Amino acid sequence: MRRIRHTGSTARRSFLLRGSALAAAALSPGGAQGEPLADPPWSAGPGHPILSPAYGLPSPFEKDVVRRGVGTTPTTLSSWSFTPLQDLHGIITPNGLVFERHHAGVPAIDPDAHRLLLHGMVERPLVFSMDEIVRFPSVSRIHFLECSGNGSAEWKAPKAASIQQSHGLLSCCEWTGVPLATVLAEAGVKPGAKWMLAEGADAALMTRSIPIEKALDDALLVYAQNGERLRPEQGYPLRLFLPGFEGNMSIKWLRRLKVGDAPFQTREETSKYTDLLPDGTARRFTFHMEAKSVVTSPSAGQVLRSRGFREISGLAWSGRGTIRRVDVSVDAGRTWREAVLQQPVLPRALTRFRLPWRWEGGPAIVQSRAIDDTGYVQPTRDQLIAARGLNSYYHNNSIQSWAVGENGEVRNVHA
Amino acid sequence: MCTRRLCAALAAMVACTAQAGDGGPYGLGQPAADAVIRAWDIDVRADGAGLPQGHGNAARGERIYAGKCAACHGDRGRGKPMDRLVGDHASLAGPAPVKTVGSYWPFATTLFDYVRRAMPFNAPRTLSDDEVYAVVAYVLHLNGILGADATLDAASLPLVTMPNRDGFVGDPRPDVHAGPCAADCR
Repeated sequence: MRRIRHTGSTARRSFLLRGSALAAAALSPGGAQGEPLADPPWSAGPGHPILSPAYGLPSPFEKDVVRRGVGTTPTTLSSWSFTPLQDLHGIITPNGLVFERHHAGVPAIDPDAHRLLLHGMVERPLVFSMDEIVRFPSVSRIHFLECSGNGSAEWKAPKAASIQQSHGLLSCCEWTGVPLATVLAEAGVKPGAKWMLAEGADAALMTRSIPIEKALDDALLVYAQNGERLRPEQGYPLRLFLPGFEGNMSIKWLRRLKVGDAPFQTREETSKYTDLLPDGTARRFTFHMEAKSVVTSPSAGQVLRSRGFREISGLAWSGRGTIRRVDVSVDAGRTWREAVLQQPVLPRALTRFRLPWRWEGGPAIVQSRAIDDTGYVQPTRDQLIAARGLNSYYHNNSIQSWAVGENGEVRNVHA
Repeated sequence: MCTRRLCAALAAMVACTAQAGDGGPYGLGQPAADAVIRAWDIDVRADGAGLPQGHGNAARGERIYAGKCAACHGDRGRGKPMDRLVGDHASLAGPAPVKTVGSYWPFATTLFDYVRRAMPFNAPRTLSDDEVYAVVAYVLHLNGILGADATLDAASLPLVTMPNRDGFVGDPRPDVHAGPCAADCR
């Protein structure tokens, strides 16, 4: 029960507490206040057989650990859903909980009929089947994926009721596929190539321009995540993956790559994923997701029900490299202590950090601050606003504050 | 781990064993002649490369807009439930910026590319190229960028200068250089 009290979301906790109450009504397990322990009903006979179901699912008691939508977009076909970071452990996001962002729904693609066209400034324009893509030498790499709009609603006021809403456009998987450079070499990139258009096979035919340097560096054509083929909502059967870059560029349902000598100036990279400044100009081609961290426990919506020891735990990541250090403050940033980083600490991947803590019932404002191997220090909200104003929307990587009240309730605040 | 030298050696070995005429090092993929590519090669660049034949004007665009666009983008591009298309460029520097085709989009060619590839939302790529030219002309006319009787085609569209054409700058990040204060901060 301690785990539940400390880390569960409010909804999940109440569900579990209800479940416990029902179990207690059926049979007292004892042990809580010194009563003798007794056998619970699930120990009284055999359980379910194998293959029930054939594709395993979480325990029914975890039914509230789910993605949640924003609830305010005009259509759920062009919308997004958040990963429940408050309920996850370690650094890997289970496939069914990876956040979603679609621009015209999730297409149902037959992999045998899917094709990837590679053309433009190449020596040999080529069409690949999925069988051919999978025959290339493959690699597996663990990387985070973050929407550049993660935290976009938090610039002016602390709006999110939970970390799921404030930071949940963030996931981390082991991605398997073929280095894009390998496939580009198959076609032979011509001299003078500078950009590459990537296009999806969804109804929006989503497009972004990718710098050729990134395409030839660590970009992947991914067909599997966390050991199984991509989920439909993550781009099945093939997606582009650009480690450390804003999520929108990792085009899902990838069907076309066109090499060119200039950016293609698509709608997404001009009218949408650009960062408006106070003077009315806007930054474009702002690709990197800079170093960021957030405490996942305690976080908004949770309630600390008992005093004493608990662990502060959270996630840190940097699109420019590897997390070198994470500091934690429980006094709104006046003093900081270095957290312990859980291995593995990988480039452009989520890094789990932890710090032992005793909550003795007083008010606290909990923050975390990431530092990556470029020396970059995660900024405060005030520092970010001083540099960009209040209307840049994207790329909010500022320090998050969670206020723990004397009643144990945790709230999202600006501190 | 594959060292750079080992990788080069492996690539050379594979290249040597690939059959003549396969082209790439692994001999994977099928050659894509122009006729194979054509239907998918629909992107339009800022210099007008990729624009198809055809033409359209705002008057025809207004009729198409009423039937296929207004339900989402509102009467005369005023928006709701989906994106507003008409707006004030001067708002971008104010407290409540309005990002629209007229106020924010730097290239008219992008509007053609986007409408042709993705609109109408529920039936993308059902407009003819003439119809796309016409709708684009109408939206630009609503923004005061194009006259009511102007005709757009592959030659004239790239010449349209959008109000926010020079409104974009590069990425100067990292733009915050904070020190990791440890005690007595704030």
